[in-house]
Amino acid sequence: MSTETKPDIEIDRSVGDFRYEMDYAFDAGVGLNEATIDYISDVKGDPDWVRAFRKEGYRKFLEKPMPTHWATKDLENIVFENIRYYLSQGQVPKRTWDEVPDDIKKTFERLGIPEQERKFLAGVEAQFDSEAAYSNIKAAVGEQGVIFVGSTEGLKEHPEIFKKWFGKVIPSGDNKFSALNSAVFSGGSFIYVPPGVKVKHPLQAYFRINAQNFGQFERTLIIADEGAELTYMEGCTAPKFETATLHSAVVELVAMKGAKIQYITVQNWSSNVFNLVTKRGIAHEDAEVKWIDCNIGSRLTMKYPGVVMKGKGARGEVVSIALAGDGQHQDTGAKMIHAADNTTSNIISKSISLGSGRSTYRGMVHVPKHLKGCKNNTECDALLINSHSRTDTYPAISVRGQGNAVQHEASVSQISAEQIFYMQQRGLSEAAAMSLAVNGFVNDLVQQFPMEYSVELKRLIDLEMEGSVG
Amino acid sequence: MSAHSLSIRDLHASIGDKPILKGLTLDIPKGEVHAIMGKNGAGKSTLAKIMAGHPDYTVTSGDVLLDGESILGLEPDVRARLGLFLAFQYPMEIPGVTIANFIRAALQARLPEGEELEATDYYAKLYAKMDALSVPRNFTSRSVNEGFSGGEKKRCEILQMAMLEPSYAVLDETDSGLDIDALKIVSAGVNALRGPNIGMLVITHYQRLLDYIVPDKVHVMSEGRIIHSGDKDLALKLEAEGYDWVEKQFGESGIKAA
Repeated sequence: MSTETKPDIEIDRSVGDFRYEMDYAFDAGVGLNEATIDYISDVKGDPDWVRAFRKEGYRKFLEKPMPTHWATKDLENIVFENIRYYLSQGQVPKRTWDEVPDDIKKTFERLGIPEQERKFLAGVEAQFDSEAAYSNIKAAVGEQGVIFVGSTEGLKEHPEIFKKWFGKVIPSGDNKFSALNSAVFSGGSFIYVPPGVKVKHPLQAYFRINAQNFGQFERTLIIADEGAELTYMEGCTAPKFETATLHSAVVELVAMKGAKIQYITVQNWSSNVFNLVTKRGIAHEDAEVKWIDCNIGSRLTMKYPGVVMKGKGARGEVVSIALAGDGQHQDTGAKMIHAADNTTSNIISKSISLGSGRSTYRGMVHVPKHLKGCKNNTECDALLINSHSRTDTYPAISVRGQGNAVQHEASVSQISAEQIFYMQQRGLSEAAAMSLAVNGFVNDLVQQFPMEYSVELKRLIDLEMEGSVG
Repeated sequence: MSAHSLSIRDLHASIGDKPILKGLTLDIPKGEVHAIMGKNGAGKSTLAKIMAGHPDYTVTSGDVLLDGESILGLEPDVRARLGLFLAFQYPMEIPGVTIANFIRAALQARLPEGEELEATDYYAKLYAKMDALSVPRNFTSRSVNEGFSGGEKKRCEILQMAMLEPSYAVLDETDSGLDIDALKIVSAGVNALRGPNIGMLVITHYQRLLDYIVPDKVHVMSEGRIIHSGDKDLALKLEAEGYDWVEKQFGESGIKAA
């Protein structure tokens, strides 16, 4: 199986599957070398320390082997020389939609972003290929001292906060793809919430890939200072191309003492996207980091959101839904690193495999010997729709010492022909019956999503099921 | 055969190579309640599944007509939307799907594309039907049949029937697994739905159910055919004397012997 010959997978992806022709003012060309990195640094006007950080990331990227000794061999089909690493119109993020160039604006309008912003969001950032086209925050939120800008703007305008945490939660050499991101990152969000400020409505970022053979490498850094609270949501789409597209983000979260960060992802990548993302948060004393992660679409997703519970009483949680359609592989999971007493982690993962789809759960829970009063709960449930669907579970739990408790439950189930017949007898089509059963399977997790996102999620599941039955 | 009936014409069906129905003919006019009785293994439940379009069975000849139109060859969901309802002997569990959402989806499936079920009207109707069937309100938020007692499952079937308002309903062994109190409640529910706009076929092994749901006609099924029909007194006679006499007199073995 090579990148070029992989057959199209017929799933209705009409929502995100469109693109408008663009003229790019800045194009780093195809392939990756030192000159590509200098080009990106020049275009973005990076300070020297960022340029040096990129170069170091590039070196580590070259050094690190592909992790195919434990991960899928499909990674070898990523042809790094064929990818375009930076594309932009040279835009500065606009504060109003009226200022956003028409060709970019109509993309986001079609995806419903301005409408959602009006309805229920405290702020929005919309990234188009390499750079944010729009970034705005409601005045009332901004007046509380909340910073919500693109990462490029963040590192220039707020270096004192940015530099302190950037690359500290996830070092550039964490893995091959975090190193690649460190070399060529562009876009993503920078958020700072001052002590005690609780942002009531979610902030949202939307990541849109528009160009073929493109790699999107956004970098997000979120800091919630002492006692602050924030919900951040990200959505992602790309049109379906014949050739592979790469999305490789790095997301770092820092929750200071008593802070709470909830990070919600609803991705709906088209079936040509390699989605290889590193996400991790640090929770200080009594802080809470919660990842709610919904992975639909992509050719291959590898993503294991993590929480390092660094302070006493810290909590980490990962709630994950993965849907592997025909020909897709969702390799997802969670990492929970307990590094202080009385820390608590919770992992709930539900995966659905359709057709020849494959879902893999990898979990890592680490509680060192010297700690006391730590707890972990892990539940992972898999649903197989067809007899040739596949699921694998690789839990790695290392709990040492006295007085630490860990609990792990896993299940695999299948929708039976009798269940489908029962639902059909009530008047539901086979596809509608499948959708209903799948929605039922993830229902308890979907309840944790904000209303608007749970509706979207249900619609995405329905679309996947329609394409898979018949 | 009338345009207002559920009509089964000389139906032959098999599972794999094994014939199950061997020329079954039956006519259930709208407004009537018919009962099918018979020994275990007579093919009663199979008949219900075949009418509903279960994919495991193959119809080899004959026809099933709903108000004069053949429904063989239609998907199970199309048959259901045309007005055929089957109350299952063993209703399936659907984890995570609440009864309220399930029935709502079923009603939504009956609307033309682009039309949305009005939520307030829906809940008003649902609660009214639940009250009429003495179903507690908290029922609606439970997952379909998950962890239900036998009686709850059957009541849930009758509630669905009440909400979907079919023109023909087949009740497959609705009395199985019910104690006498549950049987009374379920029967009262079925009786409340009787009327000129619905034809019902009650499949049962025991006459007991027919004390509560009194049929207009009783049919005896044996070896994949209806071998004898009569009024409600036939059920009493079967209860008292068993099936052997009727099989001997009217069944295939009886005919051969004669």
